[in-house]
Amino acid sequence: MNNEIIACFPQWGSYYCAFRFLFENGFGVKYMTPPPITKNTIELGSKHSPDYVCVPFKYCLGCHIEALEKGANCLMQIYGGCRLNYYGELEEKILKDLGYNFKFFNMAEINFKSPKSILQNLKIVNPNVSIVKIAKALPATIGIIKTIDRMEDFIRQNAGFEQNENEMEDIFSEFKQKLDSTTGYKEYKKLKKEYLKKLANVKINKPKNPIRVGLVGDYYTVQEPFSNYNMEKELEKMGIEVHREMNLTNTIIKSKYKSSRKIGKKYVKFNIGATANYTVAEALKYAKNGLDGIIQVKSFGCTPELNAQTVLQNISKDYKIPILHFSFDSQTSETGIKTRLEAFYDMLSAKKK
Amino acid sequence: MKGYLGIDIGSISTKGVVIDENNEIVASEYLWTEGDPMGAVKRLLKVLENQLNGKNIKIVSVGTTGSARKLIGVMTNASVVKNEITAHAVGTTTLHPDVNTIFEIGGQDSKIIIIENGYVVDYAMNTLCAAGTGSFLSSQAHRLGVSVEEFGEIALKSKHPTNIAARCTVFAESDLVHKAQIGHSKEDIIAGLCKAVVTNYLNNIGKGKKFNPPIVFQGGVSKNVGVKKAFEDAVGHEVIVDKNGHLMGAFGVAVLAKNSGIEKEFSFDVIDTEFKTTGFDCPKCANHCEIVCVFKDNKLIDSWGNKCDNGAVKIN
Repeated sequence: MNNEIIACFPQWGSYYCAFRFLFENGFGVKYMTPPPITKNTIELGSKHSPDYVCVPFKYCLGCHIEALEKGANCLMQIYGGCRLNYYGELEEKILKDLGYNFKFFNMAEINFKSPKSILQNLKIVNPNVSIVKIAKALPATIGIIKTIDRMEDFIRQNAGFEQNENEMEDIFSEFKQKLDSTTGYKEYKKLKKEYLKKLANVKINKPKNPIRVGLVGDYYTVQEPFSNYNMEKELEKMGIEVHREMNLTNTIIKSKYKSSRKIGKKYVKFNIGATANYTVAEALKYAKNGLDGIIQVKSFGCTPELNAQTVLQNISKDYKIPILHFSFDSQTSETGIKTRLEAFYDMLSAKKK
Repeated sequence: MKGYLGIDIGSISTKGVVIDENNEIVASEYLWTEGDPMGAVKRLLKVLENQLNGKNIKIVSVGTTGSARKLIGVMTNASVVKNEITAHAVGTTTLHPDVNTIFEIGGQDSKIIIIENGYVVDYAMNTLCAAGTGSFLSSQAHRLGVSVEEFGEIALKSKHPTNIAARCTVFAESDLVHKAQIGHSKEDIIAGLCKAVVTNYLNNIGKGKKFNPPIVFQGGVSKNVGVKKAFEDAVGHEVIVDKNGHLMGAFGVAVLAKNSGIEKEFSFDVIDTEFKTTGFDCPKCANHCEIVCVFKDNKLIDSWGNKCDNGAVKIN
């Protein structure tokens, strides 16, 4: 019998590069990069999910099923300040009911105050796990995450103006591919330097005062391109400088939660759930920095973001910045989204003149 | 003289307008799409051609808008293909330069456009469901055995509109049946429905927005005087309904075609040209994009629907 452990975390932007590094070099197990999300993923996920669950759950579940079919045998899920806390438990149950055999690393079950609980849970992934090895792999893992976020920020703000279409995206893909075989910190550092330079050297024709749009939204929908119908790319194609603050660097590594609460104090005095306080602070930052518009993307039924939505309308009024709201479920026609985006663009460019 | 054709192909109705160089409407038509946008446009063009007969107007540029704008844009060789929000805003501000708020309720969608100094500054459109739009009103009119055209007049006769749950079409319908069964009069129920449409609109689309006059109300439902009155009662301002309000999208996109300065050959011959579309699921990856190909006289002229280059259809 093959006892090899193959771990997989649901598709989430480009972070699979960092997770792969951590699991292969830290946990000492094999990591499967989840298959890219397609229509099939969301159909599978919707089929086996409760109808009214928020749509990121459906994506995660669909992704896990596809990974299991391809041979993954150790799945995992994170936790958060909303229904996300129940994702792991529910996913595990649904997948077991479907007859799959796998190990499940549910971070919601870790008691982070107890080292014993942490170790016990880490051992789910690999019974022979070495804390020293994980600690050694962490700096590069964090580094990879930060670099991915930095590169994506750069691409979002500049790809709309490149002379040769898709040049930046191609460089970024190449970088991610090369990361796939890195095993050490030095190697990663070298790659990072090389590719940041390549990106910076891409020729662009950026006007002095381009249209600038900021994206906010629930943690998953705003970060996973498939789940927001590739909105960032659509906006870039229109020649818009796109901003998005929500990423792993800003929420986990640098944890800006406290400063978010402070920034948004005038508009919300308490915790409105999950990352919705971030949403408010980000929107406020965009407004203060003079961006031309804000787009909120959220999954249908996401209560924290619904809380934020009303607050955003106050920001919109006070700063005279238009905000476009999108609420996605597993089915929404792309035509409708394009119509609204086009109209948003028309509005912003007419105002700019 | 030069003429500019604007076509607005909605889910329910298809509208066409021909304007001259002074933005005057010289020909116009409104007819049902009946689920066949290309057929509807052919019927539309036939009517417009007849109206233009003897007027010495040559169409030099075409604009299309509405949900079938892309398809019809290819068919008519359009120089401008624009979304309906922008088209409506342009149309309305051309006719009413001082407008500040546009309410619009169509067959399947409803939107609000806020304008300051002639520029759109904010807008919203209904998202997931069609509650409170024209198709809801017409199905309820059918249930009550009156035609949509009379609906508004009947509503005006009511002194005490019945309260009808406005949040969701399904709830509204059961509420309506219930109220009818316990003896509310037809006028009151119809007036209540008009009110429900307005409440639904203001709560969903208009949420958090300010309605500064002048307010223009347009789209097919604007022809319903009952809804117009319900709007006026709710916002406390006069609501203007333009006699061409139902054509505003087509008018707007005709103006856009004119202002674009692009002139492309257009001939009414497209009425007799055979257009065909075929769709297939691209087998190249798990996305299974639904690809649409448009054929003119059996020759492929355009295709769309692919998410990546793998699904691109080569046009010879």
